[in-house]
Formats: sequence, structure tokens, C-alpha cells
Amino acid sequence: MSEFEPKIVAFVCNWCTYAGADLTGTSRIKYASNVRMIRLPCTGRIDFMLLLKAFEQGADGIIVSGCHPNDCHYTAGNFHARRRWMMFRSLLDFLGIDTRRIHFAWVSAAEGAKWAEFVNSVTDQVRKLGPNEQYQKLSQAGVE
Amino acid sequence: MKLGYFPGCSLLGSARELEESLMLVAKKAGMELTTIPDWNCCGSTAAHNLNHLLSVSLPARILALADKAGMKEVLVPCSACYNRLAMAQYELLENPDLKKEVSEIIEMDFEGTAKLLNVVEGMEKIFGEDSVLKVEKPFEHKVACYYGCLLVRPAKVLKFDRPEDPQSMDRLMKKIGADPIDWPDKVECCGAGLSVSRTDLVAKLSGKILESAVKRGAEAIIVACPMCHSNLDMRRENIEKAAGKKYSIPVLYLTEAIGLALGLSEKELGLHRHLVPVVFPIREKKAEPEKAESAEESAGAVEE
Amino acid sequence: MARIGVFICHCGENIAGTVDVFKVAEAAGKFPGVVHSVEYKYMCSDPGQTMIKDAIKEKKLTGVVVAACSPRMHEPTFRRACAEAGLNPFLCEMANIREHCSWVHEKGEATTQKAIELIRIMVEKVKRNKPLYSIKVPVTKTALVLGGGIAGIQAALDIANAGHQVILVERSPSIGGHMLQLSETFPTLDCSQCILTPRMVEVAQHPKITLYTYSELESLDGFIGNFKARIRRKARGVDEKLCTGCGVCIQKCPQKKIPSEFDAGMGKRTAIYVPCPQSVPNQPVIDREHCTYYIKGKCKICEKFCERKAIRLDQQDEIIEVNVGAVVAATGFDILHSKDFPEYGYGKYPDVIDGLQFERLASASGPTLGAIKRPSDGKEPETVVFIACAGSRDDAKGIPYCSKICCMYTAKHAMLYKHKVHNGKAYVFYMDIRAGGKNYEEFVRRAIEEDGAVYLRGRVSRIYEEDGKLIVKGVDTLLGAQPVEIKADMVVLATAIVANQDAESLAQKLRVSYDPYHFLSEAHPKLRPVETNTAGIFLAGACQAPKDIPEAVAQASGAAAKVAGLFSSSELSREPVIAVVNRLPPPVFSTCTGCFLCEKACPYQAIEREEIKDRKGNVIKVVAKVNPGLCQGCGTCVALCRVKAIDLQGFTNEQVYCELMAL
Repeated sequence: MSEFEPKIVAFVCNWCTYAGADLTGTSRIKYASNVRMIRLPCTGRIDFMLLLKAFEQGADGIIVSGCHPNDCHYTAGNFHARRRWMMFRSLLDFLGIDTRRIHFAWVSAAEGAKWAEFVNSVTDQVRKLGPNEQYQKLSQAGVE
Repeated sequence: MKLGYFPGCSLLGSARELEESLMLVAKKAGMELTTIPDWNCCGSTAAHNLNHLLSVSLPARILALADKAGMKEVLVPCSACYNRLAMAQYELLENPDLKKEVSEIIEMDFEGTAKLLNVVEGMEKIFGEDSVLKVEKPFEHKVACYYGCLLVRPAKVLKFDRPEDPQSMDRLMKKIGADPIDWPDKVECCGAGLSVSRTDLVAKLSGKILESAVKRGAEAIIVACPMCHSNLDMRRENIEKAAGKKYSIPVLYLTEAIGLALGLSEKELGLHRHLVPVVFPIREKKAEPEKAESAEESAGAVEE
Repeated sequence: MARIGVFICHCGENIAGTVDVFKVAEAAGKFPGVVHSVEYKYMCSDPGQTMIKDAIKEKKLTGVVVAACSPRMHEPTFRRACAEAGLNPFLCEMANIREHCSWVHEKGEATTQKAIELIRIMVEKVKRNKPLYSIKVPVTKTALVLGGGIAGIQAALDIANAGHQVILVERSPSIGGHMLQLSETFPTLDCSQCILTPRMVEVAQHPKITLYTYSELESLDGFIGNFKARIRRKARGVDEKLCTGCGVCIQKCPQKKIPSEFDAGMGKRTAIYVPCPQSVPNQPVIDREHCTYYIKGKCKICEKFCERKAIRLDQQDEIIEVNVGAVVAATGFDILHSKDFPEYGYGKYPDVIDGLQFERLASASGPTLGAIKRPSDGKEPETVVFIACAGSRDDAKGIPYCSKICCMYTAKHAMLYKHKVHNGKAYVFYMDIRAGGKNYEEFVRRAIEEDGAVYLRGRVSRIYEEDGKLIVKGVDTLLGAQPVEIKADMVVLATAIVANQDAESLAQKLRVSYDPYHFLSEAHPKLRPVETNTAGIFLAGACQAPKDIPEAVAQASGAAAKVAGLFSSSELSREPVIAVVNRLPPPVFSTCTGCFLCEKACPYQAIEREEIKDRKGNVIKVVAKVNPGLCQGCGTCVALCRVKAIDLQGFTNEQVYCELMAL
């Protein structure tokens, strides 16, 4: 049986992490191909309903990554994202969703290697957790 | 307060006075040292040159035992043991595959959560800001603090003090009234790595350290490491033969110097075990300031 | 019905080497709504672009997805091509199958599959794209140059000579920067001050340059073409309009023992001072930290002797606001300081000095008037050891990079020393000699062969004092790792170049990115070396990376050319990626409920309140409205909006959700 390959969705900001991931490419650093990036102008743009949508669409793991604190291209978007993230995470936890499936990081435009490392570590972790059947079950339970 | 404690072989053998003095000072400070149960060799023998897996597994077992005993901090007075344990902990935490392999060998889960303290860090804890200990007999001597290599290197792993010009022992010595000299040989090699195979080189290297300290007016060398002590003290005859001159400068563990300052006796502290007698040159005019200072000290104590 | 065209680029072997582009093209052709799917060797080439343009016309495409490199690279190229074919450029999207796929994954099925999915995501997005139209914004044709070193001076002069206004802000009391401190410059040994001071005077006298020395940038708001800068003019204590720079106050000041920053601590200055006699402007400032009046409340000797009555002891800092269209950061560098070298006794032994201190010793205008005298006792040193790479290329010091200029200035130092002390001995410890540059290698050879500097390849482990000499212990690796011990009278450390201490906070004020060592980051390491990721902000000189004078000047001229280009038209168009609040027919008008959470969240104060009135003028509803001139398009408001009344053009909720649906 072939090993389970998780589907990871990454929500990244255009200025830091997207550019950082570009640098990973320019530097030809290899990493797990499980990740699909959704490019947004800023982590502040990330409505966390999007994350739920991703889970609903079968994502096994989610990454949110933007500029380091104080480095936001738009001054404060990443702080908004961080706050919302804290809330969202505890909400997921409350709902009984495994928070090891969602990861937050600061990856700057200069941190190509860090991006590769981060994606690999998240992919490994999620691979160990197995397919995200739990979310589907939970939402089904809700329907009933 | 409580600390975990790993004696290692030296402290039961050639460096007994380090354990004796450490225990006395700790007891006086109300610090309880709990020995890791069923401890084994740290592997700082030839193991790390000959068998890498063994050199990691030996300390891993010690660390796992410390974790099992619920020890958050472990005092490792011997610098060689400290270095070996810290290196193994670092390597295992960096390398999950190795950790897995070693866990199987030692038949215990290795977590590596216990923080390791070397003897200087230990004394900083025991004789720190809020310590109940007070200096009764200021150790008013010019001293050369000799750190050796194992306490500070590799800096990336140990992250202790400035690797090229450490200051922590100097600060402790100032606290007991000593005058630490500024000298360039704080972390020079004493030759311990060759202490079995090339004693001629040990004599030469250790001799350089003695010469530098004496030349700069030091009355005692303060060490933290049993290897350094054995080379500078036990091998004094070899050094003198190689240098063609006599050196009377005593070599004390920092715990001994602190013990003396706390008013403990030479006998209790194990000073008679040294091969070089612990004798300081007699100085004139010193009775006066000593009194003044101890008066100040006790006044301070009353206020508290 | 959507008619989408997908164009897959091989990028030579860059994509086609790992991704099966033919399979991708075939798969993409089957996506719903895709009517055209082709692959080509180089989509960005002329024939490639023509393929896209022809397809738009022939197949009547309503949207285009180019699967190639990063949109940060070629999005403008392809959008322009679409526009030329009559398709609104914002109906073109890129799927990044190079940087995010072919370059970072191994060749194989999974990688090809990922490329297909990336394209599917963008196809779903582009189906929901709406035509957008660029926003025109006016350009304020004034440039703000931060830093008055050689880079800032060059940039300011070039922009001003192109006919635009320049505001030059310098933190210290005089412009000139580190270059003014140098004695002579490599590889020609011409006197630094002789070539720099005419430029400084030109800056001061240029009708288009406004010079603010002893001033710092407080904050910067706005965007390209329309920045608003607040500048703190620190209290000089001297009325610049009245002061003639006669210098009587300096002569009379009783505080004479303050280490001079300009002389790198080798000389002394007074509390009211100019950094050096060539200062521009030649007007003193009062150092309040050391001035007797501010410490003890009395003195005022300078006030008493000033004939022009120019002393203003009660002067306060002043904040001025200026509107500028572009910013050039030329804030320079610092060097690693004494606390970082305990093994060399730097900071402990007075005769262990750094490169800048040596420059001051060797300078004809320096504290020793150019005579090489060691700081401890003023004696002429008979043996001097120069240590290159003191900190640079040394992970233990946290500096893995090469400081670039040290090889050259160390050779220069050895030379200057030998020229002044003929029978002196100069030793240079080095790791490698990096002398890439016009006439650089020849210069180093001259130091070795003609001036007899002894070069030893190896590092120094320790320096200590013994019998009045500095013992330098090192190794000569070319002689089989032979230990070397030199009894020196003075040691000069070529300490590493580091970013300014406040470089990080400057970067945050400017909203430009910076590297782990706090050097400001250029937009592209090769192709956009003077721009930053923030439009309208440019870099010049060593604030970006260690640089020598010619490089700093070249980059400054480059930045100036960019600014002049930006100022060549009176308005520029901005991407319409901005937020909008929906408007609906009555009786709803807008789904906005007027909670104004967006107003609080907006970092640009772009949210306004709009009253919706009936015909009689009664207010029915107050809703949010986005000022398109101020909105930068971060989308924070969109995520916050409870009723989803606000949306971000180009990244709408519909678009992003559809991207997710395509996963």
C-alpha cells in the first residue's frame, strides 16, 4: 500500500511568504510537493472561513504564513491575522478539531530555506496524523 | 532548593576534594543535591573517539535516568562529564533518528528535558544574589581564574559565558574578596587530551599556564575542572622538570576557595589532598581592611 | 459563458525538465470553461506573447491563465500582452509552476499533478475575474534622501541636477558620512576629503536641495508618488540663520574632553561642536548630554561670547512635515564594536584599534595630524599587525558574510603606515585576499611587493599584553600551520561591517524588507538592485550590503535615475487592487450595516463614512466607503467585515473561495 500523501493548503501573503517561497524556488531547495499555495495580498486578508472551506474541500493540513511582526507591508495586517488566528485556533480546539493540522509561521522574503523546512515539517506531521476524516465526520454529525 | 547531581568518576577519585567542598558549601546554603540513581560512566573516556554510538548512549542513559527521576536541573561538577552530557543532549535533540536508535539501546525513552549546570553555574545558583551564605573570611588573594576548554567549548552547544574570555568565575571570585587577574590563558589548553599518551607535552602546556599566572602576580590558580586540576597540581613535578624551575602556586577548585571564604576549614574542604600545598605568600598590612570589610558584611546581614 | 485560454511555458528546461508539460496542456484543456490549452518553449518571448495575443482574438477568450514563473516576475509582461490584444489586463492570471513547483520538487507524477492543480485553481479564479481599470494618482516631484554620506550626496545631486526638488536628511550635524573620516582612498590613494568636500559644498549650495542635518525621519505614510514624511529636526541649540560658523563658541566651551565621534574616539571635542572643520553646514550643535548648562544649569559661556547672539539654549526639537513622491534610503553602515572581540582585547588594550580609528590616525586632519602615534603613550609604533576579517566570515560572531572592503583598506592601511614609518614593520593576517575590482589586485600587490607589508595567511587566536608589547598569536597556514607570535606595538582590526543599529526600525518605518543582518533588501538580487519591495522607495549605498565607494556611488546614481524616471510624468497609474463597499439598488443600497469595524482596522485611514439620503435629503443609512487614493489593498477590512459588504478587487471572496473549491 502506498503511503498516505496529505493535501496541505497554504494561505500566504504576497510580500513576504510568497516571495520567500519564490526564493526557495530560485535557490532550488527541494520540499514536499503536497502544498498548494493560495496567494493573498496580506495575511490580514485571510478570513478564517476560508480555512474551514479548505478543510471542507478535503485539506488534511493548513498553513498560514506572512511577514514577521513589524515587517508587514501594510503595517499591521499580520497582527490582525495573529489575533484572529489565536481565536480561530481555540475555536477549532473547542469544536474538537485536531489543531496539529493547522500551522502558523512568519516567513520573510529572505527565508527561502525556512519555508522549505517549514513545509516539510508540517507535511511530515500531517502525514503522521493521517487523512482528515475527522472534519467530515464532525460536519456530518452537525447535519444530523 | 533542590538540584539533581551527577558526580562522575573523577569526583569519587582524583577529585574527591571537589565533591567534598561542593557538598559542604551546598549544605551550608541549604541546597539539596540528589544523585541520579544508578548512574553510569559519562563516556568522556576514549569512547567518543572510538565509538560514536556508545559515546552518545552512555550519557543518554544518564539523562534519561535524570528525566525519570523528575530532575529539572542537574549539576555536573566535572567539566568533562558536563561537556559529554551536553554534547550528547544536543546531538540527540538535533537528530531524531539517532534519538530513536539510542532510546532502543538504553531501553528508555530519551527526552532530554533536564537542564545541565556546570560547576560554575551551580555555584552561581548556590552562592547567588539571594543566597543565605555570607563571606566570613574574605579570600583576599590575587587569583588567576582558569576555565580550561571543556567548560566553554563548543560555544554553539554549551552557550555558557564568552568562549574566548569568560567572566563568570572571575565574578564569583570578586564576590569572596579575591582579586582576579586579567590574563590571556583562561581557556588555553592544559594538555588533558594527551595526559596519558604524551605527558611531556602536558608538562609543557600546563607549564605555560603556570608561568603566565605567576608572572602576572597570581597567588593561586582557581579551576573548575578535575582535568585542569590534575594537570596543574598532580603533575607539578613534571612541569617543574620541563621548565627547569620551581612553582609554588597552589591550584584550588572554585568550591574550595568559596568554602574558605565562608569560614570552612581546610581539612573539611579537602585541601590536604592537593599535592601542591595550599600556602599563600604572607602579606603585610592586611588585618585592618579585613576587619572593616567583615564589619560591613555583618552590618549588611543585620539589615536583611 | 467563460472562454478561458491556458498557456503553459516550458521555460526551456526549467519547467519542462521536471513537469510533463504536454500532459499538463492536455489536462488543462479538459477543465470546464477552457477552450484553448497550449504549451510553448518560452511564453515570455515575443513569439510566445504573440501566441497569447492571437488566441485572444481568434478564440474570443474572456480570460487567460499563463502557467509559468512567479507572477512577481512576469505578471506585468503577460498582462500587457493581453491589454495589447484588447483583453482587460486584469483578466489575466498566472499559475506559478516554476518557483513553486518545478524548481522545488523532483521530476515525477506528483509534480506534474501539482502543476495541473495549480492551473485548475487559477482557471477557477480567472473565471470570476472582472475587468479593472488602473487608478491614476498624481506624483509629488520631490525626493526625500535619507542619509548624507557619499551615497546620499550622490543621489541628491543627481536627482537635483535632473531638475527635481530634493530634501536631504542627515542624522549627524554634518553631511559627509564615513567617507569624510577616511584618510586616503583605495586604489588611488587620493585624499578622501579632497574629493568629497566639493560635493558636500555643492549639496549645500544647490538651489534644488533642501538640507536638514541633525535631523531624523520620524515616520513615513502614504504611497508611491504621494508620501508624507515627518522629520524630526533635533534641537541644535544654535540659530542656523544667524550663525556664521566663526567657531568662537567652540574655542570657549569649557567641556573639552568629550571623545569625538568623528575621530572614532581618537580625539576630543567640546560640548558645542562641529564634527570636523570641513563640516557642511559649518554650524555647531550643542551636545546636551555633555554640556555643563544642561547638566548643572549654569555656564552659558557660548551664549556670552557669541557676537551674533545665535545660541538658543532653550530650543526644542521640531517636527516638520513634507510631501514627497519618492524616497532614497542611503543610511549607510556601522562597524562591529569592542564588546565582540574579547580574545583580541579590543576595548581593553588602548593600542588595539579598529579600521576607522586608524583612518583618523592616518588622516592629515586627524587628532595626530597624520602622524602614526599609538593611543596609549603617543609613541610611534615600530611593529603594527593588521587583522583582516575581524568578525567577517565568522559564524561564531554571527556574521557569515564577507564585509567586502576590508581586504582593500587593510592593504591601504599597511601602505599608509609604511609610507609614514619607513622602518616600521607591517604584518597582515588574512583569510583570503579578495581584490576584485578595477586596479584592486594591483593595489594589493603594491602593498606587498613595493611597500613590503608581510602577509600571513591565517587567523589570530589571541592578543594579550606582556612587558608593554601586544603579543599576537596566530598561525601561518601556508607554512604548514606554523604558529606565529608577533610582538606588536599596535594592532588594527578590520572589524566587520554591520547594519546600523536602528536599521531595523528604519526598515519598519519605510515598510521595506530586510535581511537577517538588518541590511535593507533590494526587490530582486540581480535585476532590481536599487528598488525595494515597496514602490517608490529606493536604496543606495551600504545600507543594502557592504560596499566600497565606487559601488555606493554607482548605486546612488542608479537610484537617482529611477527617481528621475518616476518623476518624468505628472501622474502614474496604480493597480486597482483596492477594497470596495458594495452598492445595491434601493431599498437596500448596500449590505453594509455601518458597524465601521473596517474603519478601525484600516492602517491607511482609507475608510470614509457616506450618508445615503432619500430625495428629500433625509439620511436613510450611513455606510462605509473606500477612498481609492488611500486604499493600498491589504484586505484586512474584508476579513473583518461581518456581512461581507466590503470586498477586495482582484482577490474577492468569490475568487478565493472558488480557488479553494478547485483544490
